[in-house]
Amino acid sequence: MRFEWIVALRFLREGGLQTMLIITGTALGISFIVFITAILTNLQRDIVERTLGVQPHITIRPQDEVARPQWRAAGEPGAQPEVQARAQRLRSIDQWQPIARALDADPQVRAVSPIVSGPATVTRGDAARVVTLVGIVPDRYTSVTQLGARIVAGSLTLAPGDTVIGRELAQDLGARVGDMVRIATPVSSGDAYRVRGIYDLGAKAFNRSYAYVALPVGQALHALPGGVSSIDLKVDNLWTAEAVALRLQREVPHQVESWMQANAQLMIGLANQTLMTRLIRITIGLVVAIGIASVLIVAVVQKTREIGILRAMGASRGRVLRVFLLQGALIGFVGAALGSIGGYWLTRMMAGLLRSADGTRLITAHLDLPLYGATLLGAAVVGLLAAVAPARRAARLDPATAIRL
Amino acid sequence: MSTPIIELRGLRKRFNEGTAIESEVLHGIDLDVHRGEFACLIGPSGSGKSTLLNMIGLLDQPSGGQYRLKGVAIGQSDDDTRTRARLNTLGFVFQFHHLLPAFSALENVTLPMLMRDGVVTAAARAEGAALLEAVGLGQVLDRKPSELSGGMQQRVAIARALALSPDLVLADEPTGNLDTQTADDVFALLRDFNRRRGTAFLIVTHDPRLAARCDRVVELRDGTIVRDEAQVAATPGAD
Repeated sequence: MRFEWIVALRFLREGGLQTMLIITGTALGISFIVFITAILTNLQRDIVERTLGVQPHITIRPQDEVARPQWRAAGEPGAQPEVQARAQRLRSIDQWQPIARALDADPQVRAVSPIVSGPATVTRGDAARVVTLVGIVPDRYTSVTQLGARIVAGSLTLAPGDTVIGRELAQDLGARVGDMVRIATPVSSGDAYRVRGIYDLGAKAFNRSYAYVALPVGQALHALPGGVSSIDLKVDNLWTAEAVALRLQREVPHQVESWMQANAQLMIGLANQTLMTRLIRITIGLVVAIGIASVLIVAVVQKTREIGILRAMGASRGRVLRVFLLQGALIGFVGAALGSIGGYWLTRMMAGLLRSADGTRLITAHLDLPLYGATLLGAAVVGLLAAVAPARRAARLDPATAIRL
Repeated sequence: MSTPIIELRGLRKRFNEGTAIESEVLHGIDLDVHRGEFACLIGPSGSGKSTLLNMIGLLDQPSGGQYRLKGVAIGQSDDDTRTRARLNTLGFVFQFHHLLPAFSALENVTLPMLMRDGVVTAAARAEGAALLEAVGLGQVLDRKPSELSGGMQQRVAIARALALSPDLVLADEPTGNLDTQTADDVFALLRDFNRRRGTAFLIVTHDPRLAARCDRVVELRDGTIVRDEAQVAATPGAD
């Protein structure tokens, strides 16, 4: 292969402007592919995180209770009973502690957070609001959801007499950090709790919906001593949640639901977005491939005599073929290397410009090494494939004719 | 006598075979070229000289007849076999030098070594430099062909043709493009390599003065050999 490498590199260098132009074109195309891939990944993660709020990637809940009618045998006298769907009471997950321990050790699960959650009213003075009261273990809960990063006043410390509420709920109640609110549930007359922290999840509906207390407090208020109503999980990769959920469903006798199932409409939107960007990327890839192919076809015509002389000197058809395939792959690879730098730079620039409603960066430019590695490899393969037709043409040249030109 | 390098028996070449414009360019050529020969191939334009040279150079396949290269039938072999035979047995010098413009003089000369061995060793480089020295270009090893005169380029091409010490060098009008003095020098160089290294040469030429300086003249007319005789080579400058 040494011969092929040397000749391919020399031919490219000899190409001068022609080589520079096609590498620049390839680099531009690749940088755009890298850019929109990075933006899409960032934006989608951002949309999902914001839409989900404090929804976990995966939730494990007790199976719904079903009413089981006693059927009569056919022909037996008597009326068929009408079966009413059963009201779902708040129940604990049976044997949740061993399950949580097993999940802690699961390689695909990054964090496990047992919670107890149910309806409650929060009152202060004349103002009363209905909320979902969630009993949490703060350390675990913040590693599954983003609540920890969303505290805007006070802190997420939950001693037995403490609660953390959302910004809009605090406004509705006229409560500030340090104030007392009364929390009651259908099964408990409740007690007074001190507001220790206020959060802002970026959506008003969420900020009105949840009040947090420590897990044992929640268990007492919901009359589930020692129990949890669900186990929330975070997985390493957002997009594998469904696969992990399906696997866990086979392993635990409870209901396992991923965020993807719970937000089907969002998923459809994201899938369409992904499809569109994939279409754009494929189109750019094709344009790059066609560019490389046409430049190499011209190069074969320009170098006909040289190919002829190489063949006369004893270079086989295979060698001539490989010289041109290599040129295609090299153009793709070098173009992709420059394009990756350009794409990263573009992403950084956009990251500086795009801000979300709360002023934080909407996207972050990070060196996604697998993305760049795949881009380099992919572009080299695309270049190689684009070079197939020109290279075959070069290899088929009749040396006797080629020399006379 | 030992096995000839080239043995042609009844070699024919037809172009556009099977079509309405089919034409036979070579009508049964019998020709042997032995080791160390210095032969000229002459004849008017269109007599089939170049076609014959392409056949001998394994750049084209004969339509009929036999071709044995160093005793081995090769005329109808596949492309890879013929390519290997070209690399190992034959050298080429063309009218328009045909150096690779992207490579320096020395790199052009060592290209055949790179093809054969996959690397250019220090020894190969030294050998290439010695060859360029022998053609009087010891001072311009690293120059690109575009920086050399026509005569110099042709000397590089000759050095390259000799790089792998081929048994036979085929030269197609090697001096056709040069002025008389340069042509004489280049021709003298071929003659010198023939005498010192025993390399056989088959030279196509139009120039009767150069033909007179060969040991053997083969004349082709309308695709047939009309004359093939040994002669006492004229001494350069005597005419």
